[in-house]
Amino acid sequence: MNFSNFLLMRHEILLLTITLLLLIGEIFINKNKKSSLVHLAIFLFGIHTAIGFFAIDECSIFGGSFQTNNLIHLFKNVLNIGVFTLLLQSADWIQEKIVNQNRGTEFFILLFTSLLGMYFMISAGDFLMFYIGLELSTLPVAALASYETLKRKSSEAGIKLILSAALASGVSLFGISLLYATSGSIFFHNIIEVITSTNLTILGFILFFAGLSFKISLVPFHFWTADVYEGAPISVASYLSVISKGAAAFILMVLMFTIFKPLIHTWENIVYIVALATMFIGNLFALRQQNMKRFLAFSSIAQAGFILLGLITGTQLGTATVVYFILIYIFSNLAAFGVVQAISLKTGKENMDDYNGLYRTNPNLSLVMMLALFSLAGIPPVAGFFGKFFLFTAAASKGYYLLVFLAVVNVTISLYYYLLVVRAMFIRKNDHPIPFFKNKLYMRLGLLITVIGILVLGLYSPLYDYIYELSSIYN
Amino acid sequence: MIAGISIYEILTVTSILFFIGVYGFITRKNLISILMSIELILNASVINFVVINKYLYPDLLQGVFFSIFIIAVAAAETALAVAIIINLYRQIASVEVKDTETMKY
Repeated sequence: MNFSNFLLMRHEILLLTITLLLLIGEIFINKNKKSSLVHLAIFLFGIHTAIGFFAIDECSIFGGSFQTNNLIHLFKNVLNIGVFTLLLQSADWIQEKIVNQNRGTEFFILLFTSLLGMYFMISAGDFLMFYIGLELSTLPVAALASYETLKRKSSEAGIKLILSAALASGVSLFGISLLYATSGSIFFHNIIEVITSTNLTILGFILFFAGLSFKISLVPFHFWTADVYEGAPISVASYLSVISKGAAAFILMVLMFTIFKPLIHTWENIVYIVALATMFIGNLFALRQQNMKRFLAFSSIAQAGFILLGLITGTQLGTATVVYFILIYIFSNLAAFGVVQAISLKTGKENMDDYNGLYRTNPNLSLVMMLALFSLAGIPPVAGFFGKFFLFTAAASKGYYLLVFLAVVNVTISLYYYLLVVRAMFIRKNDHPIPFFKNKLYMRLGLLITVIGILVLGLYSPLYDYIYELSSIYN
Repeated sequence: MIAGISIYEILTVTSILFFIGVYGFITRKNLISILMSIELILNASVINFVVINKYLYPDLLQGVFFSIFIIAVAAAETALAVAIIINLYRQIASVEVKDTETMKY
């Protein structure tokens, strides 16, 4: 192995460098100039995102511990864009509320460390690297969830997240140990060769799947989601629902399509049941939510159920649709959370009733919110429709017609509650609507990126073809 | 290897340990006890890795290395959880689960 191999880990090294630079800046920059570090962090991360687009070789280094290919590279770029948008949206909150507590840089350091963990997780080549990446991506988020140390709700969210995450990683570790017992190796490329469908392997797989289900908040393991989203700062809830969930869904898909492929007849049934339960429970609980953050939490649980529709196929089509759906989901959900954050920052209001008559005072924000909700619900012509449509096509191509039918029923249910918010904003009257306010530059940019994403992704079909082409490795 | 004890006995013990941990996580009413239950789960996996490595695949040390990493990460996890619990304790002067239920349904 020579020195140039390190350049294949360009994403990781750059992000680590940025984190260290921010640490140094935190030490040496004068206390009353700390807010400049916010601009520096966003600027550096923007450069990192831009550099990430340059192509990278397919490789496997450190004896197979770390591997990357074009699809993983693409997915890292997707995560980068998501985090960049998130940073733009949360910059105002940090500058107004956090910097004067002298803790502004911590937010970026923890967020970037967590993203670094996700990089390692999705390009892991063995279970050890996977486990370290999983923990590195979870622990900083738990610290971030309890970031507003003076608020009781924030601490509660933090403790709920860290305990659930620790249980999840413990359970999946026990599963990994059973897989190690049957296959004699922790390297993916060795396990693929020897894995067979024995009872012990199936038990190991189920425990492993349960552990990752906590991260994606699939149904028997979704209890922490709503509480954590409500209590955590909105940027962190947004990060959890978008980046964290997307990365975990991606690595679950990769592992199920490669090393757990011989068990497909087992996991088809598991995924079938879990997908149905996730969609129904997520949607039905979302109906009765009044708090916007809890509402988006249950909606994101339901969306995770839809992701499983593409996962159940185990084909190239399934891979492509899942990645495409996650890409669209990132933009739609970031837009929704961005609007909630903008309103919460200016007025402190987070309930659905407060949104009554929003269109009269803040037409632009209402339009962004409407686009985001339409995209989440899957109304054509916005991108969300195509994401859902392709997922249904993938599931139908393997003959799961009943599942697709029930998923369509769920889309109808979800349409009802998404339109409740739209009705509140556009039709309902309110004597004291949220007054007109103008967002700062960063927030406007952050919302603009998501709107462009929602509108363009659905209409620009070469992107889907490109993802489909890259997915040929996992079929 | 321990003379007279086969891998079956040890794996039985670790499985029991694992399920005691899961049971404790669900039923305990105190945040610290929940944390201890999680430690039980993690330690069951650690023993599993070491034993499987020693009994079944003694030529490579993958399981032993894995267990060392688990111990290190578990320590970090516990430290963070205890820090958050202390922060919560400052506000509500309690570490009971029933006091952390302001957000529900």
